[in-house]
Amino acid sequence: MIEEVRTAADAAVARLAAVSTLADAQALETEVLGKRGPFTEMKTRLGGLATVEEKKAAGQALNEATQRVAAAVQQRVAELKRAERAVQLEAERLDLTEVLSRPERGHAHIVTQAWERLEDVFVGLGFQVAEGPEVETDWYNFEALNMPPSHPARSMHDTFYVDHGAPGSTVLRTHTSPVQIRVMQTIEPPIYMVMPGRVFRNETTDATHLAVFHQIEGLVIDRGITLADLAGTIEAFTKAFFGEGFSSRLRPSYFPFTEPSAEFDIRTPAGNWLELGGCGMVHPNVLRAGGLDPEEWSGFAFGFGIDRMAKERHAVGDVRDMYTNDIRFVEQF
Amino acid sequence: MKIVHSWLQEVVPVGDDVDAIADAITHLGLAVEEVRRVGSTVPGVVTARVVRTERHPDAAKVHRVWVDTGDGVERHVWCGAFNMAAGDVIPLATPGTLMPDGRAIEPKPILSIPSQGMLCSARELGLGDDHSGILILPAGTPLGVPYGEALGLGEEVVYDIDVLRNRPDAYGHVGVARDVAAHFGLPLAERPKPPVATAAHRSAPVEIVAGDRCPRFTTVVLSGVQVGPSPEWMVRRLAAAGMRSINNVVDVSNYVMLETNQPNHAYDLDTLGGGGFRIRMAAEGETIITLDDVERTLTADDLLICDATDRPIGIAGIMGGQNTEISDATTVVALETAWFESSAILRTVARMGLRSEASARFERGVDPFGIESSIGRFVELLSLTCPHLQLHEGMVDARTAHLPGVTQITVRPARVGALLGTTFTAGRIAELVGSIGFGCEVSDDGSLRVTVPTWRPDCTLEIDIVEEVARLHGYGALGRTVPKSTVPGGLSPVQHRRRRLRQVLLGLGISEAMPHPFLTEGDLARAGLPGDAVRLVNPLVVGDDVLRTSLRPGMLKAVEFNQSHRRTGVSMFEVGHAYPPGSGELPDEYEALCVVLAGRDATAAVEVWRELASAMGWGARVDQGTVPAGLHPTRSATLSLGRDVVGAVGEVHPDVLDEYGVAERVAVLELNLSLLLASEPKVPQWKATSRFPSSDLDLAFSVPHTVTAEKVEKAIRQGAGNVLVDLALFDVYRGAGVAADARSLAYRLRLQALDRTLTDADVAAVREKVVAAVGKLGAALRG
Repeated sequence: MIEEVRTAADAAVARLAAVSTLADAQALETEVLGKRGPFTEMKTRLGGLATVEEKKAAGQALNEATQRVAAAVQQRVAELKRAERAVQLEAERLDLTEVLSRPERGHAHIVTQAWERLEDVFVGLGFQVAEGPEVETDWYNFEALNMPPSHPARSMHDTFYVDHGAPGSTVLRTHTSPVQIRVMQTIEPPIYMVMPGRVFRNETTDATHLAVFHQIEGLVIDRGITLADLAGTIEAFTKAFFGEGFSSRLRPSYFPFTEPSAEFDIRTPAGNWLELGGCGMVHPNVLRAGGLDPEEWSGFAFGFGIDRMAKERHAVGDVRDMYTNDIRFVEQF
Repeated sequence: MKIVHSWLQEVVPVGDDVDAIADAITHLGLAVEEVRRVGSTVPGVVTARVVRTERHPDAAKVHRVWVDTGDGVERHVWCGAFNMAAGDVIPLATPGTLMPDGRAIEPKPILSIPSQGMLCSARELGLGDDHSGILILPAGTPLGVPYGEALGLGEEVVYDIDVLRNRPDAYGHVGVARDVAAHFGLPLAERPKPPVATAAHRSAPVEIVAGDRCPRFTTVVLSGVQVGPSPEWMVRRLAAAGMRSINNVVDVSNYVMLETNQPNHAYDLDTLGGGGFRIRMAAEGETIITLDDVERTLTADDLLICDATDRPIGIAGIMGGQNTEISDATTVVALETAWFESSAILRTVARMGLRSEASARFERGVDPFGIESSIGRFVELLSLTCPHLQLHEGMVDARTAHLPGVTQITVRPARVGALLGTTFTAGRIAELVGSIGFGCEVSDDGSLRVTVPTWRPDCTLEIDIVEEVARLHGYGALGRTVPKSTVPGGLSPVQHRRRRLRQVLLGLGISEAMPHPFLTEGDLARAGLPGDAVRLVNPLVVGDDVLRTSLRPGMLKAVEFNQSHRRTGVSMFEVGHAYPPGSGELPDEYEALCVVLAGRDATAAVEVWRELASAMGWGARVDQGTVPAGLHPTRSATLSLGRDVVGAVGEVHPDVLDEYGVAERVAVLELNLSLLLASEPKVPQWKATSRFPSSDLDLAFSVPHTVTAEKVEKAIRQGAGNVLVDLALFDVYRGAGVAADARSLAYRLRLQALDRTLTDADVAAVREKVVAAVGKLGAALRG
């Protein structure tokens, strides 16, 4: 019987080697090791053997044989699975440069991108952000900013007048500075605020000028604020926004709403000076218009264009392109 | 303002380091925009003699000229001017010369005959305006030498300065020189003394009628005037400063103004009716012909200078009249030097659109007490060309009570320090501002009593002196500190929400547009929106005067633009302000969102709304019963929250699309962000997720068209109770098998309990309740 067991096992292992599919291997497993397989049948005959020794030897041979066949099955199944997976993987081969469609991604406007970057830098410097209306009263846009009706500096602003209320009482704001007054009227100092927004100038547009554009304005009001604080803040902003290689300087200038007033220039790492914006100490008349006592509080303000930041960063040749809403422009950024 | 270097040097010995001077002027607050060299000779232009000229039969507008540059070689040149004859000496630009206007001289052939250079007019060489012919140089001029050398031309350096409103004095060379002298610690040249009369009494009397507008008006009479050319140096400086030489009298008048900032006007006394002046307001509609030969109509707010017979002879402070102009025959001059009220000059200038060198100065503010010195300078300079010039006794100095006095300001050194971050003493402050003519006295309380020089009418407040201190000390020398912010920096909740909104939209593949906020007449009607809008009074482009009441017209224009550039199917959004009319102090401006999805139907806009609502924590009623203006009547809805309309969702009306010439459907979502971003959204609260298996239940109902899917969903949720963890509409079907007035809505319900595995009996019970609940709506379960 031991011989019979060995022969059956050898035959099973030999057949297994010839099997080429996973299904055949599994069928063979059932046939050989199942209830109707040869080993099961031989097991039933064990009781008929003469001696205990014979029974023991044959039983042991049967166990070893079934274990051997089971191991062979397991190994063969694994081999066949690997082979089938390999075929499948090869069949699934893709050329990853064949791209039929691209996922849709929305593109933020470059002015928004510049606007948010500026906000983030100022937030990092300890500023909050305020906003105000784009249609303004003459009082907020001019008078409260130390430009009474006859003030000659009004001619520096090409103002759009709006047909609302008394003639001349309503304008499209020519700068974001009216928000300074609104902030002073609503927030108790200390004030550390930037005010981005859309502004309007009644001037002919060209490749570098727009009638509708965007500015960001800064306002700091606290006790003991000095012109040196302004210079230091401009320098900190310059380095934070443009990079460590940049520096800044202030030059005397004139604005009705600040005194002393200055232009601020930035120096590029290449050594060129670029005019960036205007700034100065908040004029006492402006503090009064905002309801603050200039003897108790002092402060500075600064402002510059946002569109220009976007234009320079992306080397836009014509600023008017930023507002045609041509998807071919928008998708570039 | 053009400041001529040699002129500046005459007032302050500042040396010749032009770059350092320009830098200093800039850092004194008088930004030098450009340093130019004018009157410089053009290299490559040499003197030559005309040998002969000849017409060419085929060339009508040019002729052939042969010239000799002294080497005996005849050079051939084509020339379009005919004013030269053989023997004349003329300037020849040789090939390769770069002309001041940027042209390069090339041997350009005409009729295949090359031209070996170009003969030049005075204008082409930057020597004035004469372009009537070729510049003929004096006979005997050496040949073959640079023309500038032959003419004794000199170069002038000019600083082009942007003078701002707070520095009226810098419109004169002396004003700029005063700052430069203070900066470099140099002495300023003595100003001319008032003139001394040398001839018998002869006056030009003055009657001031409008005393508030003309607080001071002086006249002197000068005889022995010989009208003729000015000295070459004066012509050169005037040209460098941008003024053309007319004759010695007019030139001296202009020269004195550019130097002292004091405008003046010289009249031919013999043409003055009554030999005197009367200063009065114009009558409404009165006219005058000004020096530029233009007839001007005046208003009752314009100030006139008239002669003693009340005949208008000039618009005060702006431009003289033609009728009293200096002529070659003039021998006696009445010189007016006056002071006019500045804001009224500005009004007249703005009204007439007539700005002159004089008005530019008067409107900014001139020194009311610099008149005597400027008359002295006038006499001194005119004497150079009029050796017999006599100043008569009898200067008239008419003043009214409106003439400003001297301003005194109290300046506290502690205040200066508090604003500049300095510790300047009263002495240091006095030293700084004293260097430009401010008088300072220290009071007992330690403050300074500062007397403002009358040429600085801009200084009226303590803060003005603080600025002068900073400017003269140097902004760069004031140090830099960073104030310690005691408030937390950051965006406001609304700003945070707006950023989140943008991120969600961008993530949905929608790009950002920024249309123009002005609309053209008819744009609102084209978009199907009500026409009531706020208008611009003075639009940049006629017709572009409507302030948008909605972002939609701009976005539709963007869709149309892109479609016309073969980009259909664009998805764009704008976050921006709209300005509908309002009854308050300002229009009812609000912040809005407009999303347009070209080539998509209304459901796409609803999907965007749902995503936004979910991300932003918003909820709103989708009310299809109220169709927003301009939208598709059966595919649009109003979004409302309580009693507020917060937006609209759907599709643009096909009529509107036709108006815009848009051939694809356009889904649209509009939201009032001023309302929606203002409210604090609910923070999502944690819901436990079950560890037990879930069961899915698919149910299809035949639902009448009158019943919305929203109602069906609500019924399903009610019927299923809290074991319903997810509900999705996965199929909508209209057609065979479903009644004509209904459609099939198929839902998948996922059921799951937190505490156990649902049994088949549980699921069957839920199914029964759901079918019953939906059945109440008149919908039947489909088999």
